[in-house]
Amino acid sequence: MTQPNHSACLKIISPGTLSLLQDAGRFGMTALGLTQGGPLDGHSFAWANALVGNPLHSTVIEHSIGGLIVQATAGCTVAVTGAVLPLRLNGKAVACWQAISLKAGDELELGYMTQGLRAYLAVSGGFAVALQFGSSATVMREGVGGLQQDGSKLAAGDQIPLAGQATLTALTTPSSQIQQFSLPPLASAAALARAEQKQSGASTVLSLRLLEGYQHHLFSTVERARFYLNPYQVSSHCDRMGYKLSGSAISCSSRALLSEGISLGAVQIPPDGQPIVLLNDRQTLGGYPKIGTVLSLDCWRLAQTPPGSLVQFSQLDSYQVHNTLALYRAGFSPAAKAAHPQHAATQEPL
Amino acid sequence: MSVILPLPRLRLPAELLPAGADNTVFSTEPNDLVLLELKLAAENAFILYTGAQQIHPRNAATVQQCCALLQPLLGQEIVELLPSYASVLILFNPLQHSHLSLLPLLQQVLLQSSPAKQALSSGKLVELPVWYSAQSGADLLSVAKAKNLTPDEVIQLHSSQNYQVYAIGFAPGFAYLGELPAELAMPRLSSPRPKVPAGAVAIADRQTAVYPAASPGGWHLLGLCPIRMFNPQQQPAMPVAVGDQVRFIPVSEREFQLLGGAL
Repeated sequence: MTQPNHSACLKIISPGTLSLLQDAGRFGMTALGLTQGGPLDGHSFAWANALVGNPLHSTVIEHSIGGLIVQATAGCTVAVTGAVLPLRLNGKAVACWQAISLKAGDELELGYMTQGLRAYLAVSGGFAVALQFGSSATVMREGVGGLQQDGSKLAAGDQIPLAGQATLTALTTPSSQIQQFSLPPLASAAALARAEQKQSGASTVLSLRLLEGYQHHLFSTVERARFYLNPYQVSSHCDRMGYKLSGSAISCSSRALLSEGISLGAVQIPPDGQPIVLLNDRQTLGGYPKIGTVLSLDCWRLAQTPPGSLVQFSQLDSYQVHNTLALYRAGFSPAAKAAHPQHAATQEPL
Repeated sequence: MSVILPLPRLRLPAELLPAGADNTVFSTEPNDLVLLELKLAAENAFILYTGAQQIHPRNAATVQQCCALLQPLLGQEIVELLPSYASVLILFNPLQHSHLSLLPLLQQVLLQSSPAKQALSSGKLVELPVWYSAQSGADLLSVAKAKNLTPDEVIQLHSSQNYQVYAIGFAPGFAYLGELPAELAMPRLSSPRPKVPAGAVAIADRQTAVYPAASPGGWHLLGLCPIRMFNPQQQPAMPVAVGDQVRFIPVSEREFQLLGGAL
C-alpha cells in the first residue's frame, strides 16, 4: 500500500513537554499484563490520520501541553489536530486541522496549547516504526513500544522514519464543529467572554456520560444521587493512567474486591470516596469498586481537560449508549467513506 | 490432573431484558451448580463473574473453562479476553456489535459446554529457582519471627507445594500465585517499599509472586529468582500463563549466579 522510503524522516528538534508515538493501541496482550495505551483523544487521532489519507489507526505523535518542534528531512504532508495551539511553519502561522505540505528542511512548531492538552501530528503514509506486541503505542510505565521499543518518550535528535506516501485520498478540512468535538469547555475568563458572545448559555462543566456496570449495585441510591448531582474538579493527579477527581466523597458497601479486568473509562471509587476515571495506560487488573464506565467519547474530552476544571457525571442506559456511539460514527463515516471506499467498514476502534 | 466442572447456569444483565423477565438461563443438563453472571462493564465490554468472589481453585477452573469456550470468538466478535481470579472481562468491537447483539451468542457459547469439554488440563508445571536468604530476601527473618518459625521452616513451607497462576496483571509479567500456606499468611507492609528489586520473590496474605521488574511494592520479600518473568525480546515473553502451576526450587547463591541472577 505504501512505498518504504527509509531516508525520509521527521526529526525531533525539541520534544516539548511530552511527545509519544501512539497507534490505536495494544489489544489482545492483557494475558501478559500489558495495558492498551493508544491515543487519549481518539477523535483528534483519527482525524489527523484522515486528513493525510492514512488508515485511521496509523502511528502518530501524541503531543501534550506544547513546545514540539519537528523538521522534515524530505518532502511530506502532515496534519496537526486536537488542542488549540499556535502552529508555525518556518516561523509563519499556519492552520491546524488541514493537510500541510513540508519540503526538506522545513520546521514545524507546535506552540503552547490555549485550549485542550493533547495534539496529534500525523504524516502522510505514516511512520515506519517497528511494532512491539502488535502495536507501536508507547507505554512509558511498562517500557514497551515507541521508536526504540523500550517505552521511552521522543527526545531531541530522534529521527522517525517515514513509511512513504499514502495512496488514499486525504480528507478535506472538517467543519469547526468536528474540530471542537473533543475540546474541553473554555475555562479562562477571556475565552468565556468570547464564547458568551457567540452563544449564550455556554457551559463550563464537562459532562461525563456513564454506563452503569460492574459493582454499581454496591452503591446505594443516596450515594448514586450524590455522584450524579454534584460536580467534581479535575485534580492534579491526572495522567495517561487516569484522572483523579475531587468533590463529594462516595461511599460503597464494599471496600475492596478480588482484582478484576478494568475497561477504558471505568470509574473506580477507592476508600477515600474520590472517583478515578481510568484511561489508556491503566493497570489491567484492579480491586476497587467501580460504579460504571465513562463513554469513550467523553474520555477523549476528559483527557483534553486541565486540572481545576469541573466535570459532572450523567447516566445513560445501554440503548442510549449505542445510539450515541452510532450517531457519532455516522458523523465521521460519510466523509471517510467518500474518501476511502475500501475502508468503508473501518475496523479501527474509534 | 483434570477438573470436572458442574454445568453452568447463567445470569444475564437485567438491563438488557424486558421488565420483569427472569434473567437466569439454565443449561439443558440437570445438575447446574455453577452460577455464571454476565454484567455490563463498558460500552464495549461485558464482565463475566464465575460464582462466589473468592480465591478458589474451582473459580480458577471455571474461568479457564469460560476462556476456552470464548476463545474461538477471539479476533471475530471478541477483541480481548481478560481473565482474573473469578471473572473474565470480555471486550468486543463496538463498530460491529452491541451488548444486545452479542448477548445471544455469549449465552449460547457459555451454556453449550458438554461434560467432555469440561475436562480441563491444569496447565503446565513451571519450576522457578529461588535463592532464599536474609541477603536476597529482606523480610525472611522478620516473617520467620512474626510467624514463630525458623527461616528454614519458612523456606520449606514456601517451596513445598505447587501454586496455581490465578491472574496476571498489575505490571507486565506479574503473576498472582496462590494459595500460600496459612502458616505464612502476612498482611501487606503498612507502607510500601519505594523499590523492590526485579526477581524478588514475595508474599502477602494467601498469595505469592515474583516481581518482574524493579518497582514499589508492599509485599514481604523472601528471596530472589534468576528467571526473568517478563522479557519483551523473548518468545514467549513470560515463562508462565494463567492456569499453569508454579513450584519454587531453593538454590544456593552460587547456583543463582550460574542461572544468570545478579544481586
